[in-house]
Amino acid sequence: MAPLQIMERKLRILVAKPGLDGHDRGAKVIARALRDAGFEVIYTGLHQTPEMIVSAALQEDVDLVSLSVLSGAHNYLFPEVIRLLKEKGLGDVPVVGGGIIPDEDMPELKKAGVQAIFTPGTETKDVISWIHENVKPRKL
Amino acid sequence: MAKQFTTLSSHPIEELYIPESISGFDESRDLGQPGEFPFTRGIYPNMYRGKLWTMRQFAGFGTAEDTNERFHYLLSQGQTGLSTAFHFPTLMGIDSEDPRARGEVGVCGVAIDTLRDMERLFQGIPLDQVTTSMTINSPAAIIFAMYLEVAERQGASLKKIGGTIQNDVLKEFIAQKTWIYPLEPQLRLCLDTMEYAFTEVPKWHPVSISGYHIREAGSTAIQELAFTLRDGLEYVELLQKRGLQVDDFVPKLSFFFNAHNDFFEELAKYRAARRLWARMMKEKFGATKPEAMRMKFHTQTAGCSLTAQQPMNNVVRTTVQALSAVLGGTQSLHTNSLDETLALPTEESVRIALRTQQIIAHESGVANMIDAFGGSYFVEKLTNELEQGALDYFKKIDEMGGMTRAVDRGYPQREIIEAAYRFQQQVEQKEKIIVGMNDFTVQNEKQPELLKIGAEVERRQVESTRQVKAGRNQAAVEAALRDLKRSATQPENMMPVIRNAVREYATLGEMVNTLKEVWGVYKDPGYY
Repeated sequence: MAPLQIMERKLRILVAKPGLDGHDRGAKVIARALRDAGFEVIYTGLHQTPEMIVSAALQEDVDLVSLSVLSGAHNYLFPEVIRLLKEKGLGDVPVVGGGIIPDEDMPELKKAGVQAIFTPGTETKDVISWIHENVKPRKL
Repeated sequence: MAKQFTTLSSHPIEELYIPESISGFDESRDLGQPGEFPFTRGIYPNMYRGKLWTMRQFAGFGTAEDTNERFHYLLSQGQTGLSTAFHFPTLMGIDSEDPRARGEVGVCGVAIDTLRDMERLFQGIPLDQVTTSMTINSPAAIIFAMYLEVAERQGASLKKIGGTIQNDVLKEFIAQKTWIYPLEPQLRLCLDTMEYAFTEVPKWHPVSISGYHIREAGSTAIQELAFTLRDGLEYVELLQKRGLQVDDFVPKLSFFFNAHNDFFEELAKYRAARRLWARMMKEKFGATKPEAMRMKFHTQTAGCSLTAQQPMNNVVRTTVQALSAVLGGTQSLHTNSLDETLALPTEESVRIALRTQQIIAHESGVANMIDAFGGSYFVEKLTNELEQGALDYFKKIDEMGGMTRAVDRGYPQREIIEAAYRFQQQVEQKEKIIVGMNDFTVQNEKQPELLKIGAEVERRQVESTRQVKAGRNQAAVEAALRDLKRSATQPENMMPVIRNAVREYATLGEMVNTLKEVWGVYKDPGYY
């Protein structure tokens, strides 16, 4: 019955705020909505370096890393988190991003490995269904 | 269930307001004359007939030279005051060369590392002829010291220069979250800066007690009103404990509010804020001078109300919001640009935002008379209700031992996140309609041209600060930093030692880190 137990395990999601901006309204609303949708949510709090986020992802055995940036520093911070995740052997953990991301930045971010980008106006239920469709519990 | 009619903040609204709605309303007690207690109608007897509000667009990006150019442009277009946006590393007391600043340099504001940057920022702008507002909080003392130095080197007298530093650290912990140190030392630095300014820079407003960010973080109008004013009362109490007199220093305090979408809720909020502050100062703190009872405030239209979808609609939203601020008697105003939910504004979009204010001022006729809605059953009732809502919050906060305690245990933070989450649910259930976003949408939109901050800004800034560091008297810098560290443990005002370190071109990061060695840092409790 082992496979069934894996299926039943709640997805563990790290909601993280890399960089220096203090705009955490979106991250907190998302964290709350994901928790209400039955996921296990770990919220890092503000002002995290990419190293701190990857270390939290490792310690917490998360299935998804969800990043939020509203300062415009996403072009550096998102790829840097992904690079460090790979370096720590967590290359299979999907990364999604949210915040103020201009359309023209999206192709580069996707290329860097950001699996989905949720911009202003996204409803939390759309994020939740994306996760249900695309994220599976990692085999630890 | 019958449809509920409410304000944007979900405050219930009647279909019609009649004389009985405001039974007990006493015109002389509750309304009064403009320029007189309780200042419900405005803080000046002639309001905008005497002087229009100051049109003050918040600006900052790239290096100091880039922003200096934007300042000159705005002044040439008829703007009447300056307002500086710093990039996140400066707000957090981090130098541009610090690894934590990677990707952030000049992106969300202007990069300021040393006095040299500040000199470039105000190049060609006579600081005794323009007032400057600076949105800076945790390291406000240092940035203020840099500004004073630039002013003095221009030959401007500190007794004559005017402006505002935000320096409201309580709301940093509540909402804006550019904190550095734990609550106690952060408050000490904030109060030292105020106390220094009261005597040395007497025309300066050394704090702008801010509801703007509280609202942006998702609060209701009542929460914005309550937490902002309660922060203000906390500062008054703390300054009184330092032996200062209410009549002397309260006139130097200023406020900063949001202007959100619900026209009447906002209008009533400004009226309630003025009246409540006046009553508190007079009745609770024993102010006797009218200047110590009247609340001056700046307003910014609500950034969080702007939509990325159909961004041209934001011009209309901003116009409605700005109208509520003007009809509510604001002293200065920033109108957001249509593209500010996507990036920092382009020159064209910021011009439209400024023109919006000029059209309201010179074409709409609303500046001709004072408090046009005074006496309206609805507006008076709503003003009463907002004031009462704030008083209810004051009671809860007082029971917790005051605002510092309440913030320390996360009370306002949790109230705000609750409200933000509730609002998001209302939007998703279409109980609240946001035009272009959850209704009246269009497909396949193309984003407008946005302002781009190139990666070369970071290289230029880092190189420039390295040159400043190479050219300064290193021994003098180290001595100044040692003195700063000593001062942090002594019961003295820290501004003189900060000014000295600034003069020696110590960097912002060097000064902030020196104090971290003494005070430690604040860690986000991460309430959600």
